[in-house]
Amino acid sequence: MKARVTVTLKNGVLDPQGKAIEGALKSLGFGGVDSVRQGKFFELELTGSDPASAKAEIAKMCDKLLANTVIENYAIEVTG
Amino acid sequence: MKSAVILFPGSNRDRDMVSALTKITGRKPLVVWHADTDLPPVDLIVLPGGFSYGDYLRCGAIAARSPVMRAVAARAADGVAVLGVCNGFQILCEAGLLPGVLMRNATLKFACHDVALRVETQSSVFTSQYRKGEIVRFPIAHGEGNYRCDDETLRRLRGEDRVAFRYADEDGGPNGAIDAIAGILSERRNVLGLMPHPENAIEPAQGGTDGRRLFESVVGALSVAA
Repeated sequence: MKARVTVTLKNGVLDPQGKAIEGALKSLGFGGVDSVRQGKFFELELTGSDPASAKAEIAKMCDKLLANTVIENYAIEVTG
Repeated sequence: MKSAVILFPGSNRDRDMVSALTKITGRKPLVVWHADTDLPPVDLIVLPGGFSYGDYLRCGAIAARSPVMRAVAARAADGVAVLGVCNGFQILCEAGLLPGVLMRNATLKFACHDVALRVETQSSVFTSQYRKGEIVRFPIAHGEGNYRCDDETLRRLRGEDRVAFRYADEDGGPNGAIDAIAGILSERRNVLGLMPHPENAIEPAQGGTDGRRLFESVVGALSVAA
């Protein structure tokens, strides 16, 4: 099994890197961008075969390490 | 007074801290490797500045989960003085020994210069030899010193007199930190994290000696206790 974890900044948390990327896109002439938020993406190769227990285990990984829940949210997707 | 400096892969201010502690306490601190699981008994534990683990994942995140940090957390719970400077502050937040988080400077620039700080409380083992409201100068050198916490945490930090230092420059500080916070104390007041470097302001050749009293406060508090 594989899992994909997406970590994003919570709403309202200032994202200066996203702002800088937004500015760079604008300077390249991309006019249609209203705002940019930067996040992180993890791919995990899993040894188990039960998606539900994998998801529960990955949620623990997110709470303990992959995300800082003071400022970040996470989403988990387990695929076969 | 016995002290220990914790060394992580990527620490780079550890030798400055060892030098400052040796000069001020009169005893060379132990240097403890991050993979060690036991920590000899000491009166002060210091997490120095640097870029532990190359700031991978988030600054301080990997160091905060290293084996020695379990021992540091246990000592902090026993009331031992723990000081985290710069990357050390980031590690203390990631380890949950202090609330909140340090984010990328709002300017997106690495800030490396002296700053004016206001001492906000005298009531801790680290600040007893300063006067409340006094302005001191310490150097800073960081790219991620933008302190953030939720509203409830900020209310508690203010209400419990746990903001130890604020940036005192008119522009509100070098990194966009909420409420111009430069350093905070734990609930029991024995853990201090701050972005500026007191260990680099201990002798005139460094441009100032305002950092000395932070270490002298700890020495003084311990000699009273002993």
